[in-house]
Amino acid sequence: MLELQDICFSRDNKHILKNVNLRIDNDKMVVITGPNGSGKSTLAKIIMGIENPDSGKIIFNGKDITNLSITERAKMGIGFAFQQPVRFKGLTVKDLIEISAGNSIKVCDACDVLADVGLCAQEYLNREVNSGLSGGELKRIEIAMLAAKKSKLTIFDEPEAGIDLWSFNNLISVFEKMHDDIKGSIIIISHQERILNIADELVLIKNGKVEKHGSREEVLPEIMGKVKPCHKLTGKQDCNEGGAE
Amino acid sequence: MDKIEKNLLKEIADIEKTPMGAYNIRENGKGIARNTTANIDIVTKTDKPGIDIIIKPNTKNESVHIPVILTQGGLNDLVYNDFYIGENADVVIVAGCGIHNSTCDTAEHDGIHTFHLAKGAKIKYIEKHYGEGEGTGDRILNPQTIINLEENATMEMESVQIKGVTSTVRETFANMKKGSSLVISERIMTTGKQTAKTIFDVNLDGEDSSVHVASRSVAEDDSVQEFISNVKGNTKCFGHVECDAIIMGNGRVISDPKIEANDVEASLIHEAAIGKIAGEQLIKLMTLGLTEKEAEEQIINGFLK
Repeated sequence: MLELQDICFSRDNKHILKNVNLRIDNDKMVVITGPNGSGKSTLAKIIMGIENPDSGKIIFNGKDITNLSITERAKMGIGFAFQQPVRFKGLTVKDLIEISAGNSIKVCDACDVLADVGLCAQEYLNREVNSGLSGGELKRIEIAMLAAKKSKLTIFDEPEAGIDLWSFNNLISVFEKMHDDIKGSIIIISHQERILNIADELVLIKNGKVEKHGSREEVLPEIMGKVKPCHKLTGKQDCNEGGAE
Repeated sequence: MDKIEKNLLKEIADIEKTPMGAYNIRENGKGIARNTTANIDIVTKTDKPGIDIIIKPNTKNESVHIPVILTQGGLNDLVYNDFYIGENADVVIVAGCGIHNSTCDTAEHDGIHTFHLAKGAKIKYIEKHYGEGEGTGDRILNPQTIINLEENATMEMESVQIKGVTSTVRETFANMKKGSSLVISERIMTTGKQTAKTIFDVNLDGEDSSVHVASRSVAEDDSVQEFISNVKGNTKCFGHVECDAIIMGNGRVISDPKIEANDVEASLIHEAAIGKIAGEQLIKLMTLGLTEKEAEEQIINGFLK
C-alpha cells in the first residue's frame, strides 16, 4: 500500500504539487489523469524518488520512504517506466531485462516478456538499446523491462506517448496480464480513454491537487463529462477542457 | 610458464592451454613456442626481429595466435610481424601484448604489423593490450598496423586496450583496392595519469571500397586520450568514422576526425561525441535496483563491450 501525505513540490517559484494526499491500495490498477502541466509526472517521479518533495511524507507498505534513495525504493518493490525511455550505447535488450529481473531471468522468460510486448526475442534480445531503435520499439522494451522486474508497485508515465497503433492495441492486454501475473498495484499516468476504462480507480489531478479520486464507475463519467467532445469534422471549435456541457 | 605469464596470456589472447592451430608465443623479446600447420607457416625474419606469417590461398576455418608477453622491466621490445594472406583464405588472427612490470624501469613493446591480403582474402584480426604489475615503471605499448587490401579483400579488426597501459600511441594505416572492405572496432580505457593516442589513416583508392571505424573510449581520473582519423575517399567509395567517448573525473578526450573527399562519388561520414555518463541513464538503472556506482559500471562495461 502506498500513501502520500501532504506532498508539496515547487520549482522556480511555481507550486507544482499542493498538499497532495493519495492512498493506493494493494493489487489495484489506478490511472492518474488530468490536463498537461497539472503535476502528474512530477508526482510519479516523487513516488520513485527521482524528485524529492519540499514537504510531506511517502509511506510504502507501512514504511516511511520519503528520504530513501531511488535504489532503495526500487529494491523495496517500486518500478518506474519512463515517458521517454533512455538509450544506452552498448547495453543490449537482454542486459536491461536481466538487470530488471535482478540478473536471474532465464532466456526463455526474457523471450516471454518481449513476446508480450510484440517483439521477437530472436531479433531483439541482442540488439543495443541505442538510436537504431525507434521510439515505439524503445517504449515496448521499457514496458518489457517492468514486466520482468515484477514490482509490487509499478508506475507507467504516459505509456501510450509515442507508441504506434499496434502497440497501443496490445498495451491494454499487457497491463491486464501484468496485473494478473504480478498481483501488485499499477499506477498509469494517461490521457487515453481506453486506458482509463481498464482502471479500478481513477485519480484526477488539476493544478497540482487531487480533484477526484474514486472508483472508475464513480469518477469516469464525471471526467468525461467535463471534456467537451471534439467536433473538428463538423467545424465546431469547442475542444477546450474544463467547460460544462 | 608461471602464474603471471599464464594470466597475461589469458587476458590478451584468452589462452589457458596450448592454442589450436598455428601459433607463436613471444616472451621478453624471444620466441618461446611455435606451431605451424599444413596451410599456415611461421618463419623467423633474418634481417630484423619478427616473423612472417604465410597463409596459403583458400585456407578456411583456421586460426593464428601470436601473443607477446613482457615480464621484465627495462626492456624495449620492437618486433616486425608481416602477414601474407593468400587469395580467398578466411582465417582468424589473434595478437596482443600483455606487460607485467614489477620494477621501476619502463617495459615497452612496439609491434609493427603489416597485413597483405590477396584478392578475396578475409580475416578477422583481434588485438588486445593489457598492463599490470606492482612496479612504478611505465608500461608502454605502441602498436602500428599497416593494412594492404587487394581487390575484394575483407578485414575486420578488433583492437582493445583493456587496462593498465601507462602510455600508448596506436597507429593504423590502410590502403584499399577495388571492392575491399575494412571494419575497425576500437575500445580503450584509461585511468590514473595514463595517455592514449589513436591515429587512423585510410586511403580508399579502389572503386566500391568501404571502411567503417568505430572507436569507443572511456577516460577516467586524470587520463588523456586523443583520437585522430583521416579517411580519404579517392574514388567512388564509402567511409564512416564514429568516435564516442565517456569522460569521468578529470579525464580529457580530444577528437579530431577528418574526412577528405577527393572524388565526387566518394561518400564519407564522421561522427564524434564526447561527454560524461548521462544522468538519465544512471537514474534509469537505479530505478531497476542498481546503486549509482553499479549503474556506472554497467554503463561503462556495456559501452566498452
